[in-house]
Amino acid sequence: MSEKESIYLPMLAELVRTEGLTERERLFELKLRNGDELGHKPGQFVEISVFGIGEAPLSISSSPTKKGSFEIGVRTVGNVTNALHRLEKGATVGVRGPFGNGFPLDRLKGQDVLIVAGGIGLVPLRSLINYVLDNRGDFGRLIVLFGARTPAEQLFLDELALWRQSKDMEYLETVDRGDENWKGNAGVITTLFPLFDIAPEKTYAVIVGPPVMYRFVIAECRNKGIPDDQLLLSLERRMKCGVGKCGHCQINNVYVCQEGPVFTYSELKNLEEAI
Amino acid sequence: MKYEVITKEDFPSFVNGLLSEIEVVGVKMKEGKFHYDKIKSYDELCLDYDVTLIPPKKYLLPPKETLLKFSLGGAIQVEPSIDATPRVILGVHPYDIKAIELMDAVFSDSNPDANYMERRRNTVIVGVDCRNPSPNAFCPSMGTDTTETGFDLLLTDIGEQYVVAIGSEKGEELLKKHARTREATEADLAQRKAAQEEALAKYKLSIKAAVEEIPELLEKNYDHPLWEELAAKCLSCGSCTMVCPTCVCFDVQDDLELNLTAGERFRQWDSCMLQGFAKVATGENFREDCTSRLRHRYFRKGNYMLKRYGKLGCVGCGRCIGACLAEIANPVEAYNRLKEGS
Ligand SMILES: Cc1cc2nc3c(=O)[nH]c(=O)nc-3n(C[C@H](O)[C@H](O)[C@H](O)COP(=O)(O)OP(=O)(O)OC[C@H]3O[C@@H](n4cnc5c(N)ncnc54)[C@H](O)[C@@H]3O)c2cc1C
Ligand code: SF4
Ligand code: SF4
Ligand code: FES
Repeated sequence: MSEKESIYLPMLAELVRTEGLTERERLFELKLRNGDELGHKPGQFVEISVFGIGEAPLSISSSPTKKGSFEIGVRTVGNVTNALHRLEKGATVGVRGPFGNGFPLDRLKGQDVLIVAGGIGLVPLRSLINYVLDNRGDFGRLIVLFGARTPAEQLFLDELALWRQSKDMEYLETVDRGDENWKGNAGVITTLFPLFDIAPEKTYAVIVGPPVMYRFVIAECRNKGIPDDQLLLSLERRMKCGVGKCGHCQINNVYVCQEGPVFTYSELKNLEEAI
Repeated sequence: MKYEVITKEDFPSFVNGLLSEIEVVGVKMKEGKFHYDKIKSYDELCLDYDVTLIPPKKYLLPPKETLLKFSLGGAIQVEPSIDATPRVILGVHPYDIKAIELMDAVFSDSNPDANYMERRRNTVIVGVDCRNPSPNAFCPSMGTDTTETGFDLLLTDIGEQYVVAIGSEKGEELLKKHARTREATEADLAQRKAAQEEALAKYKLSIKAAVEEIPELLEKNYDHPLWEELAAKCLSCGSCTMVCPTCVCFDVQDDLELNLTAGERFRQWDSCMLQGFAKVATGENFREDCTSRLRHRYFRKGNYMLKRYGKLGCVGCGRCIGACLAEIANPVEAYNRLKEGS
């Protein structure tokens, strides 16, 4: 990158499709105005601008195997996310990135992949799941665990329906609390762990969810014998720049926007502020 | 390094010569306190001061800076905004020069920050050795009471004349163009050394640990009760970081004009000592308690920055000591306490 180019200048993108996922989450499909591919890896994020409101770091939810556009899945929590939800098809947003390291595809190739998604943790993991499905021969088993608080909070319902039927993956799901129509597992995500066996030496667990989930899921994975450097976690921190300058995303001496957001548990266990 | 000598009689015309071609900021005195400001003539300039309230950082990383301008009426247009007015900063003390070297490392690292870099390229630094240090300064402990790098020119007062160390071609050109100088002799350089040593003897505070020990001293004391003791008195006001020449963290926000069709994105100084610095939108705050914020600030200065940028994040200016109403932001006391306990 030329030193004269501002690292804060977003590319412009058009909102080509938007779709409600749940009451609080929406999917946005974006196309860069200059016609370029975003060129991301699963697990990376972008800084999305709603001009006049602000910028927010958001995971890329589509797989890079899907060409021509990319998707983000956004929960309303504040200024930028609410403004995004108000946008309609055809609107223009800003995009900087892709940023961050993403999931280590090179290390995952040829291995069994155990995906543990809590709530909107499925948004970034969907990118990896679809990448594995689109390059099925390159990976071993694909096991996906998805936990939501209630059935109404499950996202990507069409894809979940496909995954339940798929022969290319083993899909297990649970909700913390079911409703009258729910016939599946009920209980927190760790209750799914007794339901499957793995070969720990060749299994990589990829875990994304709310901060409270990590401790318990890590314990379950270690119980199953997965080594610490095969436990991959994506962390959320406050981020203002995404490019290693603003200082907001630091965990001790680590910049999550630069060295992360994906870390192995071996990297994190000696970082006091990490989990 | 090359050294020239300029007499104090000739010095004003050098400054006025600079003023004829470029913006010059320097240290002024107002109500007994020193601060950097634009100067219009040599007479406003003060070269013998202890420390300024706010470091010269404000010319390289302004307290508030526009990053983008956008117009929203019709098709959205977005333009980067970079203010890189050419400027001489005149009279920068060595510790602040060291702090600028650290900022250079931060903003040129991996993703170069064009706003900073462009401005830095257009900034000429004319330093001056500090003759009368602030009572809160502890530069000798940090190795920042003098410097051999980071400036275009560096003055040392040797009585009737200044020895001028030449740090860059740009500095040399400006000196040649605007000043009558002669080459420094052995005797001048001996006087320069003596002046630096005289100043060295005037520092009142010192850290009992060697500067090389500091990173490890912190690492060994992550859970030391000191952090909690200090935090109990801390107001989380951020004053210590606002005055610090090596604090570079910022927040980014958008502003819309009243007509809602034009606006800007700007960054402004932020502080890791403020309660919400690490808080994410879902409510999780990764440094909720003051103890963790206070410890983070010390570790960032005394350990993390060294690991990341190869330079320690404290230059011993003592500004934080003077700025803290709770009288707890004192790196000397903190490090000495850890050293005694180790
Ligand atoms: C790498 C990464 C990936 C992410 N991926 C996704 C994703 O795929 N989908 C998704 O939905 N989210 C994702 N997030 C989270 C997302 O970035 C935030 O939800 C978003 O930034 C919120 O922005 P906002 O402007 O809507 O909220 P804001 O308006 O900034 O804040 C919302 C709330 O936080 C409070 N708040 C804001 N600033 C402060 C402060 N300084 N002190 C105290 N309180 C404050 C506000 O009062 C408000 O209640 C990701 C985050 C990261 C770091
Ligand atoms: S921590 Fe204090 S003494 Fe050190 S550089 Fe910052 S303001 Fe100066
Ligand atoms: S200036 Fe003092 S009281 Fe204020 S945040 Fe810093 S240490 Fe705390
Ligand atoms: S988000 Fe700004 S440094 Fe990481």
